[in-house]
Amino acid sequence: MAMTTRCSDSVVLNLWHPLGALAELPVDTVVDTVLLEERLSLAVGPDGTVAVWRSCAEFAAGDKIDAASVCNSLPAKVAYGYLWASLGCPPDELFPIPEYDETDRRRLNAATFGVNVSAPRAIENFLDMGHFPYVHTDILGVEPHTEVKEYDVDISVERDEILATRCRFFQPLASSASQTGAEVEYIYRVPHPYCSVLYKSSPVDGARYDVIAVFMQPLSQETVRAHMMLCILDEDNEDKVIKRFQQTIFGQDKPILENQFPKRLPLDPRAETPIRADKSAIAYRRWLNRKGVKYGVIPAPN
Amino acid sequence: MIKLYDYELSGNCYKLRLLMSILGVEYSTVPVDFYPGREHKAGWFLKLNPLGQLPVIDDDGLVLRDAQAILVYLAAKYDTAGTWYPRDNPELLGEITQWLAFADGITGTASAARLHDALFYDFDINAARAGAHRLFRILDEHLWFGERQGREWICSTSQPTIADIACFPYIMLSEEGGISRQDYPAIRRWCDRVKRLKGFIVMSGVFPAGPAKAA
Repeated sequence: MAMTTRCSDSVVLNLWHPLGALAELPVDTVVDTVLLEERLSLAVGPDGTVAVWRSCAEFAAGDKIDAASVCNSLPAKVAYGYLWASLGCPPDELFPIPEYDETDRRRLNAATFGVNVSAPRAIENFLDMGHFPYVHTDILGVEPHTEVKEYDVDISVERDEILATRCRFFQPLASSASQTGAEVEYIYRVPHPYCSVLYKSSPVDGARYDVIAVFMQPLSQETVRAHMMLCILDEDNEDKVIKRFQQTIFGQDKPILENQFPKRLPLDPRAETPIRADKSAIAYRRWLNRKGVKYGVIPAPN
Repeated sequence: MIKLYDYELSGNCYKLRLLMSILGVEYSTVPVDFYPGREHKAGWFLKLNPLGQLPVIDDDGLVLRDAQAILVYLAAKYDTAGTWYPRDNPELLGEITQWLAFADGITGTASAARLHDALFYDFDINAARAGAHRLFRILDEHLWFGERQGREWICSTSQPTIADIACFPYIMLSEEGGISRQDYPAIRRWCDRVKRLKGFIVMSGVFPAGPAKAA
C-alpha cells in the first residue's frame, strides 16, 4: 500500500487540520474529503467518537460504519465544533480559544466554502483591513473612512503566534446584531500557519468581543476548504441570519482571493511591495518563513 | 408586499433582486439557509415549491417559483414603461423567451460548475465547464454581431429586456466555477453595460462597474 504523501513539508504535515463542522457531519457514515492532496475518509459516532483514515476501497462514501471500530486511524480530535486530523505527529493540544467555552455565545459554522486560493493567501487577506471599504462596501467599511490607523503587531514567543492589536476601523454594519455604524476594535491572532482568530468589539456588549475564526483546510497548495467559525454574542437573530451575514462577507472576498497572483504566498520580502497598513502581513510572512513552512508559499531564497 | 424567499449567494435569487431594484419594486426577503442548511429541501419549503429550488416569491398570495418565470411576472406586472417584457410585441416576446431558456442552460452549466467548486456538489465538472464555454461562445458571437449592427442588448430592441437580467448573474459569477471570460470580449462589454443600468445592485461576488472611461 502506498504510504507516501504528496506533501513533504514536515511543518505542515505535523499540524492539526480542520476537515469539517461536526454539526454538519452525518453520524456513523463514511464521508470523504481531501487534505494535502491525500484522499481521506472520516466518520463520527453518536457519542462523539471520531475516526479519520486514508481512503480505501473497503469503505466508500455513504457507507454505514461504527466510528469506534476503525483501525489505522490517523490522529484526530474535535475542537471548536470541527473535526481535526493530522498526517504527521501533531502536538497534543490545538491553539486555545478560551471564549469558545463561554456558554452565552452562539457557536456555529457560518459555512465551509471551496476556494481556489492557497491557505496563506487566504489568511493574509483575512488580516487585511485596507480592503474593507472597497470590497465590503457599506458593511465592514465605507468611503471616505478608508484609513488604516496605526496598530501594533507582536509575535508572541511564548505562544508562538502573531498578535495584531489596537486595530480600529469605522464599520457601517459590523455584525448581524449592529444597529448603526461604529468604530470597531479588532484583535487578530494567527496561532497556526493556516488559521486565524479575529476578535471584534461586540455591538451588544462593549466589554466583550465577538470571535470569528477562519480555519483553512488545504486541499492542495492552491486550493482550500475555508471553514468559518462564529462564536458571537447575539441573542436575537436566527442562526441562518447570522450565517447569511458572514457568507455575504466571504462571498465578497472570494473573487479577490481567487484572483491573487501568484497563487502561493511569496515569502521573499522583496517579492511584493507592502505599505504601512500591511504590518501584520509582513509579520505573518516572516513567521511562516522562520517556521520553515514550504507548502502553499513561494519560499524565500536562502 | 412581495416576499422573496432568498439566498444571498444564489445568482437566480439575485436576478430577481436586480430587476426589482431597477423597477423600484419594494419587497421583503425571507432568508433560506440553502447552504449548509439545505433548507430549500425542508418540509415547509417543499410546500411552497415541491421542486425544492430557490427562488420563490409570494406576491399577495400568488406563489411563483422559477427565476425566469418570476422575471416575466415582475416585468409584465410592474414595469410601467413596458420595455423589459413588451407584452404587445410577439416577435420580441419570442426572442426573449428563447434567451430565458438559454439562461436556464447557463444555470445548468456555469452555475453547476460554481456549486461544484465552492459548495462541493457532486457534478461532472469538466462537462459543466465545457457546456458553459459552448454557451458563452454562442452568446459572445451573438452580442458581437449585434454590436456591429448597433444593438447593445441581447434581444432586438434598443432597451434591455429580462433576457439580459436572466443571463447576467451566472455569467458574472462564472470564474468561481473556473470558467474564464477572457475569450469573450463582447460578453465583457455587455456585462459592463448591464452594470451601468440605473438601479443596478451587486451581490457577493459581483462588483460594480469601474469609473466610466473619459470621453
